[in-house]
Amino acid sequence: MERHLILDVRGVSYRYPSAAADALACVSLNARAGEFHAVLGPNGSGKTTLVRVALGLLSPQAGTSEVLGRPATTWSRRELARVVAVVTQREEGLFPQRVRETVLLGRYPRLSLWGAERAQDRSAVERALGRCDVAGLADRWLWTLSGGEYQRVRVARALAQEPQLLVLDEPTASLDVRHEMELFELARTLVDEHGLAVVMITHHINLAARFADRVLLLSEGRAVGQGAPGEVLTRETVARVFAWPVAIEAFDGRPQVVPLRRRRNA
Amino acid sequence: MKWLGLGLVALLSLALAVLLGPAHVPLAQFARSDIVRSLRLPRAILAFLVGGSLALSGASLQALVRNPLADPFLLGLSGGAGLGAVLAIALHLAGPWVLPLAAFGGALFAMALVYRLGLVGGAELDPRVLILAGVAVGAFASAVTTAIVSLSDAAELRNTFLWLWGGLSGASWDTVVVMAVYAPLPVLVLFAAARPLDLLALGEEPARHLGADVVPLKRRVYVAASLLTAAAVAVSGVIGFVGLVVPHAMRTLWGHRHRPLLPASFVGGGALLALSDTVARVAVAPRELPVGIVTALIGVPVFALMLRRWSAT
Repeated sequence: MERHLILDVRGVSYRYPSAAADALACVSLNARAGEFHAVLGPNGSGKTTLVRVALGLLSPQAGTSEVLGRPATTWSRRELARVVAVVTQREEGLFPQRVRETVLLGRYPRLSLWGAERAQDRSAVERALGRCDVAGLADRWLWTLSGGEYQRVRVARALAQEPQLLVLDEPTASLDVRHEMELFELARTLVDEHGLAVVMITHHINLAARFADRVLLLSEGRAVGQGAPGEVLTRETVARVFAWPVAIEAFDGRPQVVPLRRRRNA
Repeated sequence: MKWLGLGLVALLSLALAVLLGPAHVPLAQFARSDIVRSLRLPRAILAFLVGGSLALSGASLQALVRNPLADPFLLGLSGGAGLGAVLAIALHLAGPWVLPLAAFGGALFAMALVYRLGLVGGAELDPRVLILAGVAVGAFASAVTTAIVSLSDAAELRNTFLWLWGGLSGASWDTVVVMAVYAPLPVLVLFAAARPLDLLALGEEPARHLGADVVPLKRRVYVAASLLTAAAVAVSGVIGFVGLVVPHAMRTLWGHRHRPLLPASFVGGGALLALSDTVARVAVAPRELPVGIVTALIGVPVFALMLRRWSAT
């Protein structure tokens, strides 16, 4: 059965104004409902730029990006936010907020200009809190949360948008093992049980290899590999892209990357 | 409950503004009194409108430039208004509306200049560039103002300075009507921006992904808040403090959601200025205190109390 195509990025290139090289060169990505995509690559390889181009924040100089068959740049931000939710790498906390308040912000694209929150908005918030296992934190201030709790709250806000596609930009940066695993497990559950498409940008090659259905490996704006983890994450490719010698071991049928010491006998 | 309380405070402040004054008006003649009808009533209403406008602008700008210390005059408007007024006097322009119009023009000029400079940074209306541009334009306008003042007769400029330092003694039904016709549009524009301003507090990229059209939003809020402030300066000079502290006082009661915060700031600002102006008229009668001093004297203790209550919870 052909799954429902949500994001269709075809051969996009993008160069930032006054930059010497393309940040993205001819990259494609299509995400269907019920798929978990991981986007890998060294710092500065174009991962975040890909998200910006895919979702119409930047217009590509070549190629196209379509969401549900419509060019991304023609969507209004409000309409798009009902289909795609993004957990960005960073956000500011200008004013202190409580967990439930910040999750309620996810309902913005579904509220009318003057209208108050409706029962369905409140129930969507509670549902999102429950799915991310943060319902017990609903009345806490954001600044009292641990890093892992905070990230799960931000995912809950994204889920309150009731999106079909969830984009996570390095959600596990600076989290410990348990919180990393919890986030990947949560993403996998959303894909398997709720039919979401997930695109996760991450530096965790090994977790991406174990959780994702497909990986896209970027290097200097180009796709150097795309497909099932086992096809993409070969020893030569990973070593070349990250400029470091590695060995590949299999675990649970998925490739796991082991970076090597520079001198074996050191 | 909170709204009821705020509403009562607002009504009380307006009632006191009409009831009290340096001249004693017996209650029996109250409805027919000229002092009440053509002096106190328009002045009370104007104070309310100006105070509300300043507090609403302040609350909106704090979210726009993502800086809780922002107030309506941060972006160079007071400097521009002052320069406009001083220029009008130096050029010996006369007429009842000359000072307000000149100040309004000066404020709009400063706003346009700051807006133009705010585009320089690349990202449209980058809050950091906006603040720097506001401070720079304000400083430049003050320098030119001081130059003009130092080169001209002291006597005629005394008026400008008194006027600039804020006061509502120029209130009349005419100014009330002007303000009441002018203010609703920018006020509604700001109220309508309440929800997207909540998103903007997270930063521009997260706000866009949550569905806010950030660039038009910033433009609308900047222009509406500036137009509101420019009008307030034109009818009452630079009244400090209301725009900075009232929003924060309201935050302690209503939180940081802009949908309740913006209307509460308007009502709270109006009440504070109406009350302050009453004190300014009555405290050292027959002379008047500059109302800006009173807003600070009343506002700071109230704010300190609220802050204590807030940090205790």
